[in-house]
Amino acid sequence: MSHAAVAHHTSTGLDSRKIAFWTFIGSECLLFGSLIATYLVYQGRSVSGPTTHEILNIPLTSISTFDLLMSSLAMVLALAAVQRGDRTWTRVWLATTALLGAVFLGFQAYEFQHFVHEGLGFTTSLFGSTFFTLTGFHGAHVFVGVLWLLTLLVRSFQGKLGPAKALNVEIAGLYWHFVDVVWIVIFTVVYLIQTTPLPAA
Amino acid sequence: MATTAMPHPETAAPAAPTGLWSWVTTTDHKRIGILYGVTAFFFFLVGGLEALVIRLQLGAPGNTLVSAEAYNQLFTMHGTTMVFLALMPLSAAFFNFIIPLQIGARDVAFPRLNAFSYWVFLLGGLFMNASFFVGPLFGADTLSVAPNGGWFGYANLTSSQYSPGPNIDFWVIGLQILGIASLAAGFNFITTIINLRAPGMSLMRMPVFTWMSFVTQFLIVTAFPVITIGVVFLMFDRFFGTTFYNVAAGGDVLLWQHLFWLFGHPEVYILILPAMGIVSEVLPTFSRKPLFGYAVVVYSGVLIGVVGWGVWAHHMFSVGLGPIADSVFSASTMLIAVPTGVKIFNWIGTLWGGRLEFRPPMLFAVGFVSLFIIGGISGVMHASPPADLQQTDTYFVVAHFHYVLFGGTVSGLFAGMYYWWPKVFGRTLRDGLGKLHFWLMFVGMNLTFFPMHFSGLLGMPRRIYTYGPELGVATYNLVSTIGALLTGVAMLVFLWNVLVSRRGAAAGPNPWNAATLEWATSSPPPVYNFSVIPTVKDGLPLWREGGMEPSPLPAVPPAPIHVPGGSIWPLCTAVGIVVIGVGGLMHQSLWPSLGTALAGAALTVVSIYQWAFEPFEV
Repeated sequence: MSHAAVAHHTSTGLDSRKIAFWTFIGSECLLFGSLIATYLVYQGRSVSGPTTHEILNIPLTSISTFDLLMSSLAMVLALAAVQRGDRTWTRVWLATTALLGAVFLGFQAYEFQHFVHEGLGFTTSLFGSTFFTLTGFHGAHVFVGVLWLLTLLVRSFQGKLGPAKALNVEIAGLYWHFVDVVWIVIFTVVYLIQTTPLPAA
Repeated sequence: MATTAMPHPETAAPAAPTGLWSWVTTTDHKRIGILYGVTAFFFFLVGGLEALVIRLQLGAPGNTLVSAEAYNQLFTMHGTTMVFLALMPLSAAFFNFIIPLQIGARDVAFPRLNAFSYWVFLLGGLFMNASFFVGPLFGADTLSVAPNGGWFGYANLTSSQYSPGPNIDFWVIGLQILGIASLAAGFNFITTIINLRAPGMSLMRMPVFTWMSFVTQFLIVTAFPVITIGVVFLMFDRFFGTTFYNVAAGGDVLLWQHLFWLFGHPEVYILILPAMGIVSEVLPTFSRKPLFGYAVVVYSGVLIGVVGWGVWAHHMFSVGLGPIADSVFSASTMLIAVPTGVKIFNWIGTLWGGRLEFRPPMLFAVGFVSLFIIGGISGVMHASPPADLQQTDTYFVVAHFHYVLFGGTVSGLFAGMYYWWPKVFGRTLRDGLGKLHFWLMFVGMNLTFFPMHFSGLLGMPRRIYTYGPELGVATYNLVSTIGALLTGVAMLVFLWNVLVSRRGAAAGPNPWNAATLEWATSSPPPVYNFSVIPTVKDGLPLWREGGMEPSPLPAVPPAPIHVPGGSIWPLCTAVGIVVIGVGGLMHQSLWPSLGTALAGAALTVVSIYQWAFEPFEV
């Protein structure tokens, strides 16, 4: 990638990596779409185990959602910094984004072990299976994103992330924002709109 | 590994690197295309042998050539192999070799990702087929523990309760591995077609093969995530005891059918659209006139791709979805016959009034059109739910989809092989043997599959290893078996043709006097494809005066050309992914399984980093 700044002639004038990445995001939409659709289809059909009302902690998850949203802001600032050639702030904002991503994963780890403690495991019920698979897939995406951001951070410290390489940060940003948007959908569908009938008193 | 700056050559074409290592590390789309073709054809023969054993078993009532269990493995692996390891990658061979040449590019957008796709496909195919030989490693008392749940793998037949051995594990993990190869290739080719077209090669000047491949790639990148999630659920159910397809826990086995056919029906178009594209190239060339209604053929292909996403539940009429769903999917299924029929009329319109030359590619292309019509019409028949209820799970359906996939796709792919063989290898396959191949295959194929319409309507069920004489289908089955053997002989004739045609005369750049850009360069093309990237002025650049600039292309590149070097990391990444899969197979024993999977993950991660940071420029 040492000559990545060389402008190639392309039919659209866009860098091929960007087009490929948008295609990848389109494909990922179907991946998460299948997971979310399955969650919705199985909502309220568990025959045992805790229900959503009993276990989901909306205030706590609102905090981690806010944390993830702020990481997208940091991502935008990181891209702006690398584009104007500002090394210090590139590093600050990349590190901030990665840190906020790691904090989100920390919230998720806490939530997972808390649910297991409360009696909702991976195999307990349809709710357990669909919930852990859906949010687990998302968490894995966040984890990959954190590794990616840390890699960019290291490249920056190596002096190999100048303005000519801004596209590398932009593509990482596309991924990061996509993962963030998916979480908005998951948070809405899983936490905010619980169509499960309340347990009969 | 570094960028190679090709010095200004004194002679026409600088020699491509040679030796085994140059193939293992190759990123040249033409070499990867050849690798895809050879590997996929090998798997095509494997799947064909499985089919022959199936036919021999069914040749007589009450036959005992194979056991019921072996039969289950044979039809499962026949379907899985033909779909994922033979037909899709044979199409991919043409995507690789032909698309960059047809759009006037030096390579695909991501040459190393392309190599990665191939290696994942090869290793995934070997992984899946290894199940035939490793039974004792899993404590089974048979050598073979091949997948045995059908290529559709219906839940909950595939649950660990009903399929306890490693058979289904091979299938579940193998499909995920193969999906990675298809997805990576999909991103690559969409980007290549959008972004690497030669100047003047507007979308509506692209050859129809490239167009149909373009639509196919969109179907791949949207359909494969869905099956991936379906099999991930199944894997979690089998490995960890989740409840996705567990009825006792409230799960619904129809979830699997929806996820599978949401993928499975677009998959049908993934298999047929490239062949339609090939035929749309061959018919004009051998009719000596442009494709009739180019734009309509392109739009019909796009429409097939779009509507192909809305017909999946016609595979599920017999589960009782209710009158509304049945009506909607019945209507959409009949609707999709319209753009398909439009294409057929366009092909016939192309032939009409043309100066027809019945060389082997043309024979196969005309064979495609005629056989595909039969398969298409029987398809519309079971678009009607009441008719489908009678036909489903019988040999009538087997007849239908083999007319589409063998009569259609395989004929189309052979048309492509005969058509582009001189471009790929510089030698034309022999006409006489090609015609013999065609007629043997055409007769054999019809003998095999036409009687299945009757045995099916008489009640012969699919996927059952034998039948009694009282069913009255013994003669039909015997004819089918004879036809299958004849088809096998046709394949031997093809292989013989390949062997003897190595010594043929040099084909020259454009042996068929065809119109599209791939015929503007030498056969086989130099490593850089075009000495200069031509400027395209017309959709038929070699048929129209001033269709491209310069014409002809200079024999010697006027300026040095950068060609990508090789890389070993795509192969290493692919190996890492398959090692993770092997770890998954061992899920019965926690620590060895976890250790293997982590080792594979480590190799994958290291290879990806090496890949990302090695000096490499397209």
